[in-house]
Amino acid sequence: MGIEVSVEGLTKSFGSKNIWQDVSLTLPTGEVSVMLGPSGTGKTVFLKSMIGLIKPESGRVLVDGVDMVNSPERDVYEARKLFGLMFQDGALFGSMNLFDNIAFPLREHTRKKESEIRRVVMERLEMVGLVGDEGKLPGEISGGMRKRAGLARALVLDPQIVLCDEPDSGLDPVRTSFLSQLLIDLNAQIDATMLIVTHNLDIAATVPDNMGMLFRRNLVTFGPREVLLTSEEPVVAQFLSGSKKGPIGMSEEKDAAALAAERGRADDPGIERNLLVPQLEPSPGLPERSAVRRRRHRVEGMLDSLTPAARSAIRSSLAARSETATVAAQAASSPPVNAGRADDPAPTEQAGSDG
Amino acid sequence: MTGPAEEKPDGGPAPENGPTSGRPGPGPTAEGDADGSRPPAVEQPLPGLGWLRQTGALFALAVAVLRAVFKRPFQFREFVEQFWFIASVTILPAALVSIPFGAVIALQVGSLASQISAQSFTGGASVLVNIQQASPLIVALLIAGAAGSAICADLGSRTIREELDAMEVMGVSPIQRLVVPRVLATICVAVLLNGMVSVVGTLGGYFFNVVMQDGTPGAYIASFSALAQLPDLYISEIKAALFGFIAGVVAAYRGLNPRGGPKGVGDAVNQSVVITFLLLFFVNLVLTGIYLQLVPPKGA
Repeated sequence: MGIEVSVEGLTKSFGSKNIWQDVSLTLPTGEVSVMLGPSGTGKTVFLKSMIGLIKPESGRVLVDGVDMVNSPERDVYEARKLFGLMFQDGALFGSMNLFDNIAFPLREHTRKKESEIRRVVMERLEMVGLVGDEGKLPGEISGGMRKRAGLARALVLDPQIVLCDEPDSGLDPVRTSFLSQLLIDLNAQIDATMLIVTHNLDIAATVPDNMGMLFRRNLVTFGPREVLLTSEEPVVAQFLSGSKKGPIGMSEEKDAAALAAERGRADDPGIERNLLVPQLEPSPGLPERSAVRRRRHRVEGMLDSLTPAARSAIRSSLAARSETATVAAQAASSPPVNAGRADDPAPTEQAGSDG
Repeated sequence: MTGPAEEKPDGGPAPENGPTSGRPGPGPTAEGDADGSRPPAVEQPLPGLGWLRQTGALFALAVAVLRAVFKRPFQFREFVEQFWFIASVTILPAALVSIPFGAVIALQVGSLASQISAQSFTGGASVLVNIQQASPLIVALLIAGAAGSAICADLGSRTIREELDAMEVMGVSPIQRLVVPRVLATICVAVLLNGMVSVVGTLGGYFFNVVMQDGTPGAYIASFSALAQLPDLYISEIKAALFGFIAGVVAAYRGLNPRGGPKGVGDAVNQSVVITFLLLFFVNLVLTGIYLQLVPPKGA
């Protein structure tokens, strides 16, 4: 069972450079959220602030009654055991092999016997597809494997909140799809609250329940995925299409003069994509995600406050979901609908993923 | 008190609670100030404030280490590994350095003493210099140069690979898990090494004085026991222990706060050795001064 994380008025600066200010959002219990944003908008800093590695100047991050920003060190350390953080490049201990890396949290925090540790670690290794590589050192394996090992280590203590820092960077499109599926399966199995920081549009389109975007030191929006995907906000529209035209520039943000000059130039429509695709379902054989039910209640309650486009998108996706649910229920033992979807989660081309 | 490892050093010195906040009375705390003014105005930090901040963070780390020493579970395995590593890189160089060092002192003191016809005191003088000054300083050189640089490079490269962040995220304090065993290991090795260097240096001095300068063995040893006393050995070991602590903490401090990238780690190692040298020689001066004031010389 996940834990709700609520962020209130978070502001962080490095020296005189303000990274973002007054960020407030709530990660609903057990749901998967994605934080989008162009490179360099402080997404990673935001993740690290949530877990208390970086101390913002003001604001609070409340997790289970503990404020990760201002609470005493002792409480923060205790609260961190609820978290699993997957670092951008795995952040494995270079001097230990994969097995010891993944066993590290167990050995530090539990009194499990070595045989028990072995069982748990092998289970996690199997989950991320690294069985047979447990004796290798982090320096001997590829970046993608390091990432998956990092994920396995983040999961070994059965965290209630999982944070992923760019799970897609350095992975090929196929592995990215598998990873997306893995994250959804994981959510179905342990019902953890998850936050994924990325700029990969395929993950953004298929994985999350909620989406937010950071830009120009502010949280542009945070809410159900359909809200962001149908947003008319120029920043969001530009980001989702990958167009050169719009407020996002090569340097972190364009100034007014550059924007004015751009108006005369020809349009760059970017790449047409339909991002309003159905969300990934857990692999066949896994339980339903219990977050789906909770989210339906929550989203239905807030429908009236949304834009018409978002409202209709939410309605249709909720309807589609209940349809698949009934079909799946009918086909109980051999669910072809789910299977087909699980095998082919990549909806659009991968031009948006860099790394 | 927050440990210094928690807050990464942020580019320039003194961002939040700049000295120009112009409020009367006791200055506001970092948090209080940041709360008030949201978009931080560009403030000109006082020159030298960066140094002050670094010094404060270094002391904060020292206190954090001292407190974490008593926290269970003690990382015995890590301690033994580090102890073995530091001992293995310092023993041989220490022995090799201490022989010529003892010899040089013996020769110098011997020749000076013969000029003022005080050959009979050569033994006492050279042994005292050896035990009280030369031996702790040789230990300082090796601990800072060999052990400190290795610790700093190790912690530094782990920091930039985010290993320490990962450790903290998993609820394990890097100070307790990594820094404490290293600092304790440097202290223990320094104390033991100091004993070895004292013996080797004294033997070297004896050999050169007696064999090369035709000193009389009896006079050498007699003047030694006339002038030297046990507190000389105590202060020598106290110095060594303190030097080990300082070298370990400085190396850990620079290792935990490298500035960006592999080059930053290289710089951090360099700085850690230089800073340690400066600190150790200064602390040696202070300790020597205090000792000479407090402990009456033998026979006085």
